[in-house]
Amino acid sequence: MGHMNEPQQITDSKKRYSAGVLKYAQMGYWDGDYVPKETDILALFRITPQDGVDPIEAAAAVAGESSTATWTVVWTDRLTACDMYRAKAYRVDPVPNTPGQYFCYVAYDLSLFEERSIANVTASIIGNVFSFKPLKAARLEDMKFPVAYVKTFPGPPTGIVVERERLDKFGRPLLGATTKPKLGLSGRNYGRVVYEGLKGGLDFMKDDENINSQPFMHWRDRFLFVMDAVNKASAATGEVKGSYLNVTAGTMEEMYRRAEFAKELGSVIVMIDLVIGYTAIQSMSDWCRNNDMILHLHRAGHGTYTRQKNHGVSFRVIAKWMRMAGVDHIHAGTAVGKLEGDPMTVQGYYNICRDTYTKVDLPRGIYFDQDWGALRKVMPVASGGIHAGQMHQLIDLFGDDVVLQFGGGTIGHPQGIQAGATANRVALEAMVLARNEGRDIKNEGLDILRDAAKWCSPLKAALDTWGEISFNYQSTDTSDYVATPSVS
Amino acid sequence: MRLTQGTFSFLPDLTDAQISKQIDYCLSKGWAIGLEYTDDPHPRNTYWEMFGNPMFDISDPAAILMEVNACRRTFPDHYIRLTAFDSSHGTESVVMSFIVNRPKHEPGFRLVRSEQAGRTVRYSIESYATQSRPEGMRYSSDN
Repeated sequence: MGHMNEPQQITDSKKRYSAGVLKYAQMGYWDGDYVPKETDILALFRITPQDGVDPIEAAAAVAGESSTATWTVVWTDRLTACDMYRAKAYRVDPVPNTPGQYFCYVAYDLSLFEERSIANVTASIIGNVFSFKPLKAARLEDMKFPVAYVKTFPGPPTGIVVERERLDKFGRPLLGATTKPKLGLSGRNYGRVVYEGLKGGLDFMKDDENINSQPFMHWRDRFLFVMDAVNKASAATGEVKGSYLNVTAGTMEEMYRRAEFAKELGSVIVMIDLVIGYTAIQSMSDWCRNNDMILHLHRAGHGTYTRQKNHGVSFRVIAKWMRMAGVDHIHAGTAVGKLEGDPMTVQGYYNICRDTYTKVDLPRGIYFDQDWGALRKVMPVASGGIHAGQMHQLIDLFGDDVVLQFGGGTIGHPQGIQAGATANRVALEAMVLARNEGRDIKNEGLDILRDAAKWCSPLKAALDTWGEISFNYQSTDTSDYVATPSVS
Repeated sequence: MRLTQGTFSFLPDLTDAQISKQIDYCLSKGWAIGLEYTDDPHPRNTYWEMFGNPMFDISDPAAILMEVNACRRTFPDHYIRLTAFDSSHGTESVVMSFIVNRPKHEPGFRLVRSEQAGRTVRYSIESYATQSRPEGMRYSSDN
């Protein structure tokens, strides 16, 4: 777009700045000829203008409201280098096969932003434009950050490579499970589940997002019993083991207290929830960097704004912000499990976490090239309704650098938690071995699992129990550029 | 106990034919393969002894398997692991590592607890095999 009846910026200063109301495009927030600079921050919004609102004017409004504009002309603009500070909407495309929706591209000058502050980026880009009346709905689909800005962030405190070196685990996905039931276990009972899972073959156990310090289990009790379980399992196997101790709390000071205790007890990893906020996440990231700790992020709450395609923020943007904010693990979907996510879109999130340079990839929802400037890589976590019988699909979709978390698929095993963990570990190693041998795991996966089940009775029991379970629902958040492939 | 470090420790010990296929895989990715051995399998013992440098310039899988067998003949009662190194930017680290030889008897580890103030416990892990025996004497059946 950007041709017929294109609204023009008013260049005559006297007319431009006389008191009153102008269209955003007239104020200079639309420039169809603008070529983004290497140093610009770019954002792609999906907008649904109200009936009768011109898409270009709507795009200009988005640029205006997320940068310098207000609803009326203000003379104080003339005290500033306002032409530079004005964000520029520079491209508007209709969304394929979706009448009424438009992709609008906006460029922001780098000097609008504070270094190493996700709070500042988000206050600008999603600060108030999403409530703007002329739009029925808006969604932030993707962003591009110039490498100069990326380099102002320290990034993940540990990253995939160093995490593997610390854990001494290479060449295969890591295995985890969330301790269940998520609420109600006493510290002693909770540690039992952790010990069984780790001894049976898992690398990690995990606190759930809402396990903090409740009446049934105060945080110190949990930490003490869990670390006994972790160390005992490590001695039983000769492997480094860990359990994500959730330090999420009501204040920063309390989170630091909990993290310090986790460190004192020798934990290799702590965990936070996304709901603590971007600034708290960056603070915890600094703490982890100073204390040789892996930082696990549970994306609690994201579904309230990432899932619906017409309004909110895409998870791919959250993933970019979190890599910059500096987390080591992030839940990024399973494609085949119980929670939202179509396979290509989820692969797009994984690529954002793990690439050294992310290229435009429309079927996976990647709209911009992104140079990560050697920022460390984030380990994506696949968790929620997955089981050993899907091992071939998971490894085919996600490769080695992922934590596969089978909570129910470990703890609900008919022969017990250790057997459940062993089933998952055997399925995993058998599948990696077969893939490396050149076998077509996508199509031969079930045969590979059944062969391993001949000598591993826990795996046989797992396949007998869950082999047929799948969650084959239509995804909500899908690519606009290809037919959504089915996972089965 | 069975030490479960390494990529494939939950599977039955790999045969030479299976090891060859993994070597093929590593070479096809451009990774360099090294052999390392130890009789101190503590989970945080990072630096096992190198059986020579990583074989950066060997592209023949059979030659690498010969090295595996030479290492096994020299250290039949040690742990030996085959480790693959990826030198590409953004990784520059180990990308696969699996055990290709184990001692006949694996006595496992002792968890040492030292009770501290409150309910806190300090933990350390000691290999039964390393206790009071010097390097090289730990898994020998003669003493």
